[in-house]
Amino acid sequence: MTRKHRRLAVLLACGLGLGSAAGLTFWALRDSMVFFLPPSEVAAKAPPPGRSFRLGGLVQAGSVVRTSAGSKPVARFVVTDGAGQVTVEYGGILPDLFREGQGVVTLGAMRPDGVFAASEVLAKHDETYMPREVADALKKSGHWNPASGSPPPAALWTAPKSGQAGG
Amino acid sequence: MIPETGHFALALAVALAFAQAVLPLWGAWRRDARLMQAAPALALGQFLALAVSYAALVWVNVGDDFSVLNVAENSHTLKPLLYKISGSWGNHEGSILLWCLVLAGCGGAVALFGGRLPASLRARVIGVLGATAAGFELFALLESNPFLRIWPPPMDGRDMNPLLQDPGLAIHPPMLYAGYVGFAIPFAFAVAALLEGRVDAAWGRWVRPWTLAAWICLTLGIALGSWWAYYELGWGGFWFWDPVENASLLPWLTGTALLHSAVVVEKRESLKAWTVLLAIGTFSFSLSGTFLVRSGILNSVHSFANDPARGVFILGLLALVIGTSLVLFAVRGAALASTGIFAPISREGGLVLNNILLCSIAAVVVSGTLFPLFADLLFGEKFSVGAPFFNATVLPLAVPVFAAMSVGPMLSWKRARLAPALAKLWWAALGALAAGLIAALHTTALPVLVFAAAAWLVLGAATDIVERIRLFRLPIADSLARLAALKPAVFGAALAHAGLGVSIAGIAGAALAEDAIVLARVGETVQVGGYDFTLERLRDAPGPNYAARVADIRVSRNGHVVTTLSPERRSFPVQRMTTTEAKIRTDGLTDLYVVLGEERDGGAVLRLHHNPFAPWIWIGAAIMAFGGLLSLADRRLRVGAPLRQPRPAGLRTPSEGTPAE
Repeated sequence: MTRKHRRLAVLLACGLGLGSAAGLTFWALRDSMVFFLPPSEVAAKAPPPGRSFRLGGLVQAGSVVRTSAGSKPVARFVVTDGAGQVTVEYGGILPDLFREGQGVVTLGAMRPDGVFAASEVLAKHDETYMPREVADALKKSGHWNPASGSPPPAALWTAPKSGQAGG
Repeated sequence: MIPETGHFALALAVALAFAQAVLPLWGAWRRDARLMQAAPALALGQFLALAVSYAALVWVNVGDDFSVLNVAENSHTLKPLLYKISGSWGNHEGSILLWCLVLAGCGGAVALFGGRLPASLRARVIGVLGATAAGFELFALLESNPFLRIWPPPMDGRDMNPLLQDPGLAIHPPMLYAGYVGFAIPFAFAVAALLEGRVDAAWGRWVRPWTLAAWICLTLGIALGSWWAYYELGWGGFWFWDPVENASLLPWLTGTALLHSAVVVEKRESLKAWTVLLAIGTFSFSLSGTFLVRSGILNSVHSFANDPARGVFILGLLALVIGTSLVLFAVRGAALASTGIFAPISREGGLVLNNILLCSIAAVVVSGTLFPLFADLLFGEKFSVGAPFFNATVLPLAVPVFAAMSVGPMLSWKRARLAPALAKLWWAALGALAAGLIAALHTTALPVLVFAAAAWLVLGAATDIVERIRLFRLPIADSLARLAALKPAVFGAALAHAGLGVSIAGIAGAALAEDAIVLARVGETVQVGGYDFTLERLRDAPGPNYAARVADIRVSRNGHVVTTLSPERRSFPVQRMTTTEAKIRTDGLTDLYVVLGEERDGGAVLRLHHNPFAPWIWIGAAIMAFGGLLSLADRRLRVGAPLRQPRPAGLRTPSEGTPAE
């Protein structure tokens, strides 16, 4: 086997490896891209039921109801960005940092009855920290301008009516 | 005075690092022996200065000096001593200083143990390490100084994030950083080799032990991190494909590739340019891994608070270090001609395949991690890719790696035939088939494949040893004599491969896991995975800086009590946070895992898991690291041994020769 052939073989192998990596990436991206939507966008144009996406916003104060279906605990709460609200149902243990009036990101899909069925609820480790997507969504909905300083205390982020707390 | 001493020592370290960067490199350029001689002293001096600085930081943490801002923000008088010490690296400023300390330690190690290196190579390696250290220490001094004072000092501190108050996480960062930063040494060797314009077998022999040491630390660091996630976050999962986790996986993947390609440089003087590029790439991933997280660009549950000014400084540094080394590679890389030639089917060919596949996996992990970021910046689209993406892309590339891992060590150097190698593996193949069939009774296609691969790896590693000692083909006494004469490195490699097999069996075991989330009253019994979990009582328990609510849960199987588990919910009044402490009972084969949720209606929400094979994930990682250590012990003997004439390419010493043809 000549030097040229050898080099060709190595190049082919590299091409095959990277080519399959690229192919796999695009193929998997098509199926597993999970979009982030704030409640206002869900209200405007809800994704079809069953299509999973991430919903993020603030947990509306006073909206958390803990019930149970049989022996399974279920939590219901409203996620808001001031311009829209979505009711979320989650059957599981809410994370330690889950609080009313605080930012939350949930993963799940809409049910036909318009309730967002969450399979995961993420709250940040740091209690002053706002998930970045949520901060951007709040900015977009006109509830908080980051240029005017840090966000107001989480407790003030409640129902849309009291939204003027944000600058 | 102590914080000022630490601050001053840090400034001194920066000055020494700049000197360490400039003088030896200039000396090597001008062939000035005196300047080159200065390198080890400067490296040791820089390390000592940083050690003093870090000791000062630990001192103020242990001594509760709340006039230091960093301590006031992250500590508390009631915090246990262990976490006061680990608290020194449990925050942004401290972790950067620890990072710098490890980097300075790398320079010090090369200065201490590099006595046999050619003078110019040593000067250049230490110089490159100094230049890297100078940048990051400057960052620590200017942008993230842990010694800033506040006035008036608060009466008490704000305490540390309770999630970080955990023994596993206390040792996780130093281990992970030793792994990340350890790759600075192969990187410095690579850049030095580009400056010298020469890579030879001796270079490979030098690079390998350092790479191996970093790889061991990184393996253990990643394992500790995922173990912490498993028992502390209380989600029952161990790997979330979170950007921070991916950031630690990337240097591990390319570092593993580097470990294997350095063998080819050492033994066969081939793949030189590629190995140099891998060394640069691995350290670049390490840097990005540490600092992208800190800069706040990657959004993650693990990241510390972020600050744009720091981000810009760090991005600039990253661009400088990575950009300079890549440009240098582009200019000088062509000079690194390989001399050893080999056929595609050969040990070298197998190692090339390993490299291609590992780098392809790294490529898909990079795209999955960074693509959402770019999509957000460029198109304003917000989306993420999670476990489904990574499972769909990584697994198809990992399976060929597993398949090849048992075959590669059977091939001889230079040229080999596939059929005899495969014939030797017949019983490993049989074992894999059996494992797959047994798994097929319990689970679905993908885990079956992974279980089979796990058996294939463990048995393949055993085959490697059996073939080397000609078990059953020579008289048993001769085989034993051969076994005793085998080098530790041979066992090391076999153990590392087998350890990966054990780990992936543990990961595949997740498919067999069962869990239930229930609202249970006291006295109520719930069945999960063949075990009966009975909530016996709920009680209060005090802690040093928290108050806990504890559930006592009796676990029994077929009427026999197995154990009592007491998961806790801890409330930390200072940080106004609650954490869940999962309790796990392991017998080495399966884990019983219980979490206490909130209480209501006279009952408590419980999450109960039965996780078969879960402990194997970390046992496997420990086996891999132990294999690395065995190999390292072997290497160190060799490096410390008197200099030998370099062996002509193609000749092998009998003891490390190829397996039987």
